[in-house]
Amino acid sequence: MSHEWPLWEIFIRSQHGLSHRHVGSLHAADAEMAICNARDVYTRRNEGVSIWAVRAADIAASAPGDKHPLFDPANSKIYRHPTFYDLPPEVGHM
Amino acid sequence: MYAQLVDTGLKKVAEASEMSADERAFQARVDADVKIEPKDWMPEAYRRTLVRQIQQHAHSEIVGMLPEGNWLTRAPSLKRKAILMAKIQDEGGHGLYLYSAAETLGVSRDDLVDDLHAGKVKYSSIFNYPTLNWADIGTIGWLVDGAAIMNQIPLCRCSYGPYARAMVRICKEESFHQRQGFDIMISMCNGTREQKAMAQDALDRWWWPSLMMFGPPDETSVHSAQSMRWKIKLVSNDELRQKFIDETVKQAEFIGLTVPDPQLKWNEARGHYDIGPIDWNEFFEVIKGNGPCNRDRVRTRKRAYDEGAWVREAAMAHAAKKAARQHAQAA
Repeated sequence: MSHEWPLWEIFIRSQHGLSHRHVGSLHAADAEMAICNARDVYTRRNEGVSIWAVRAADIAASAPGDKHPLFDPANSKIYRHPTFYDLPPEVGHM
Repeated sequence: MYAQLVDTGLKKVAEASEMSADERAFQARVDADVKIEPKDWMPEAYRRTLVRQIQQHAHSEIVGMLPEGNWLTRAPSLKRKAILMAKIQDEGGHGLYLYSAAETLGVSRDDLVDDLHAGKVKYSSIFNYPTLNWADIGTIGWLVDGAAIMNQIPLCRCSYGPYARAMVRICKEESFHQRQGFDIMISMCNGTREQKAMAQDALDRWWWPSLMMFGPPDETSVHSAQSMRWKIKLVSNDELRQKFIDETVKQAEFIGLTVPDPQLKWNEARGHYDIGPIDWNEFFEVIKGNGPCNRDRVRTRKRAYDEGAWVREAAMAHAAKKAARQHAQAA
């Protein structure tokens, strides 16, 4: 009979001031073990100062099929970028 | 390589005219170097081939810990022992990165491990050879990890996102493996006559199996051609092998060792070394399960897994009990 440990997604903060970043996944029986395993699997060379472990089953993700309705509307809103605006050279850096 | 003779399950490379709209869109993304991610649509043959390839690769990392583990308790100094331990731990880590990448394709870890134990999926032929003297540990780092790097660097650009990302992590760690191996070889070649003879003996035994790691010539293989279209194989076996030979022969000369190939000769016109014939019968025998250590390797893995079963079950039971207790307290 299978007793496979649940899958956890691991996020590591590489140094103070940066946000946690997804580095991979691993199996563990509970959160405490997930953090211990993450230390061994993902930080053998000082890669991190903090670990988050999240059960993979608890992550909600957008579907690839929703890519167009979700992200296309941003394409036409070029006025959201600073480069949309031409400033007179006299104004200098802004 | 770490994944050898990966079967695509196809009889011929699919032409654009025979593809469905989904398949054409998929191939266009691959051609444009857009990474394929786990939830994206992909042809079933692509998914199955990747599972097979990544799984073989993962098993190779895990089984590859065994020949080196053989020398852990007999390393010649505390320094060498600490280094070897770190290297073997890395191999375990590499196996885990790769199993995780395979699991994104909808297979479970238990299934992958079962396939290895049942002999349904192979691991690299190279790990079926024994490690007879300490110089074998140097030679494995130098040649086997050297060959692995050559194969894995292009795979960092492969089409499947999770596999490519695992490869990036692995390649970063692999160069330490090769250097520590060559460092052992330098020490032994600068040592006593007996030590240098051990280094030569190790090179004599590992040279040809290392060249076989890249697999037989595959320029005419349907599976290789299809895998290349899918960009899960980026360079042909012979091209990688040649690159490996050209680099390694010079390194052997530097430490005063002789490559065990009387026909080895620099070919000025090609700008490469020519080598004598490779004994592919030996390769296929090893792949079939008749190498010096095949049975022993699988038996050892299976025993470790079976004897650890109670630990895995106890950890789950403990986690369930703890969760129930927390739940009761909260209520």
